[in-house]
Amino acid sequence: MDTLNLAWLLIAIPLVSSAVLLLLGRASDSWGHWLGVLASAAAAVLAIVILVQLLGLAADDRVANVHLFDWITAGDLTVSAGLLVDPLSVTFALLITFVGTLIHIYAVAYMSHDADRRRFFAYLNLFIAAMLVLVLADSYALLFLGWEGVGLASYLLIGFWNQNTEYAVAAKKAFVMNRVGDMGMLVAMMAMFATFGAVDFETVFGAASGAGQGAMTLIGLMLVLAACGKSAQFPLQAWLGDAMAGPTPVSALIHAATMVTAGVYLIVRSGPIFEHTPTAQLVAAIIGAVTLLFGAIVGCAKDDIKKVLAASTMSQIGYMMLAAGLGPIGYAFAIFHLITHGFFKAGMFLGAGSVMHGMGDEVNMRGFGNLSKYMKVTWITFMAGWLAIIGIPPFSGFWSKDKIIESAFVGEGWQPWVFGTVALVGAGITAFYMSRLFFMTFHGKARWNDGSNEAPGPERHPHESPALMTVPMIVLAVGAIALGGVLSIGDTFVSWLEPVTGHVEHHEPVLPVPVIMASTIVLVLIGAFLAWRQYAASAVPVTPPAGTVLTRAARVDLYQDAVNEGVFMRPGQHLTRTLVYTDTAVVDGAVNGLGSGTLGWGERLRRLQNGFVRSYAAVMLIGVIGALVVVLASRV
Amino acid sequence: MSLVNYLVLSGILFSIGSIAVLTRRNAIVAFMGVELMLNAANLTLVTFGRLHGDLHGQVIAFFVMVVAAAEVVIGLAIIVSIFRTRGSASIDDANLLKS
Repeated sequence: MDTLNLAWLLIAIPLVSSAVLLLLGRASDSWGHWLGVLASAAAAVLAIVILVQLLGLAADDRVANVHLFDWITAGDLTVSAGLLVDPLSVTFALLITFVGTLIHIYAVAYMSHDADRRRFFAYLNLFIAAMLVLVLADSYALLFLGWEGVGLASYLLIGFWNQNTEYAVAAKKAFVMNRVGDMGMLVAMMAMFATFGAVDFETVFGAASGAGQGAMTLIGLMLVLAACGKSAQFPLQAWLGDAMAGPTPVSALIHAATMVTAGVYLIVRSGPIFEHTPTAQLVAAIIGAVTLLFGAIVGCAKDDIKKVLAASTMSQIGYMMLAAGLGPIGYAFAIFHLITHGFFKAGMFLGAGSVMHGMGDEVNMRGFGNLSKYMKVTWITFMAGWLAIIGIPPFSGFWSKDKIIESAFVGEGWQPWVFGTVALVGAGITAFYMSRLFFMTFHGKARWNDGSNEAPGPERHPHESPALMTVPMIVLAVGAIALGGVLSIGDTFVSWLEPVTGHVEHHEPVLPVPVIMASTIVLVLIGAFLAWRQYAASAVPVTPPAGTVLTRAARVDLYQDAVNEGVFMRPGQHLTRTLVYTDTAVVDGAVNGLGSGTLGWGERLRRLQNGFVRSYAAVMLIGVIGALVVVLASRV
Repeated sequence: MSLVNYLVLSGILFSIGSIAVLTRRNAIVAFMGVELMLNAANLTLVTFGRLHGDLHGQVIAFFVMVVAAAEVVIGLAIIVSIFRTRGSASIDDANLLKS
């Protein structure tokens, strides 16, 4: 168990590196980015060592608690900080550090023209450390520390170019919407304290079966709310599209591969809680299904390459959420899809970054076209990601997504039919919008100004990116091609996760498996064909056509921002204004009124003291006469 | 002769005294008004003493005279000293305690 006790180094290395980079400031500008890469790579190596160590143990022994220190001690209450090293957390640690390292390397080149590259790497390292705290924590309290840490890193990185007001606003939006989810997390933790008197996984999961249904449902629903905020699920998904304001490596690492999947991790990790609350489970599945379609529809209409990928991320996490909401049969597949998605989506984001790099930071796909001729490596790696996400066998996405669709068809009553159909249709739409993105960018006629054609905009000279950028893309593409298939051989991945998710008997879907698989592939091919016909075989207009009602709605995220603004923001503003007014008018008014009233009376009474003896004498005389009159009148 | 006449006289004297205090600016005249009011009160006391046929009223009148004598001493001293320092015997000028 030696190396397992060193798990804290996983967190410490990037954290120290981040602190060094931030504290040294400009002094580390020249080598800071390499320190960041090194820290991330060291963590990745350590994660691999821990994986090897775990693999050497029997399946049942693969769970280790590493106590670090007593965090909060107050009377009878002790909250200790410890790490939980088990197949689930190590899987995440590997994904975070491995993909993270590749993206660090990519960012060295991508950010090479930015004066603040060192600060960028400091934030990236901070993110890696916080994300590792999140997945390695052995209690909800420590998990929450990481949870907030990644939120902070995400905020800092979305607003990395905060000299642009729009980007700063996007960062703030992400932060504020995440707070809504965090409130769910806090309420869940409070409910746990009230119910179990502790928030560490061991105690909570151990006592879960003995707790009341109401408390479990509350905890479950609040955890789902937390997951919605972090994972950009309906109805808290509006921030993810705007989060694309951050530099592309950030979008790849945080807003595609790792942080946004934290909600799925939370639900899978809290499996023993959800086991006792079918309501919360069903809510999670419904949210997943809704977001899946929502993201897919939005993705069909956007012209900004990064926003399409963001909508797609949202939709794919919807798949994971749906799987996680299905209960133990879906947990392993949710994580499986999360891992494969981490590879192919990060790869595609890096590809999009490479395209932007070659096209002078242009993101509008209507200004791309025929780039496959100029960026061979980007084109081929992106193609691997594209085939993976739409689920063409034998690419990674096929293995994981197909399993989720199959699981969605398992169950009784209306649920398998609804969830299964949604998952199936979602796969078709995914194929359409991802193919649209792919064809619009890399195929068809060039719609950018190459100096000789009539295309609008500044002259572009697309070129392939340097090796520092293409190599990580190639590695991720290899993952997108092979990872799913390799991990599926003999159900390796599912049985690897069994110590956490529990062993699940095979369930028969309501439709035969070959039928589901065949209809998925048929739908995917139809979607891809439609996209090819419209965006590769025929000319793509440079200015977006008016489109149908649905297209126009999808372009503005199905009016989600308008709804949020109308339902939450405006009434919220009115509420605060009313409160401020009440405060100034009523509360302050009463206090100030008392003061000024006393002052006014004092002023009036002061006039009586005019210093004239004769007026005092008159007052006295009148007073005496008045007193006499009163006395005499009362006698009569 | 009815005792009511004494009371009416006393009322008249008191009114004259109080009007003098309220209307005259000269401190000495105002002071005289005060004395007049005191003596009006004395007259009332003596009248009621006579009415009841005992000495209480007269005794209290003596007390008042003693107090008035003492008061005159202090009052005149104050007036003289104000006159010396401020060169005026007008009571409207003695308003330094105001504000």
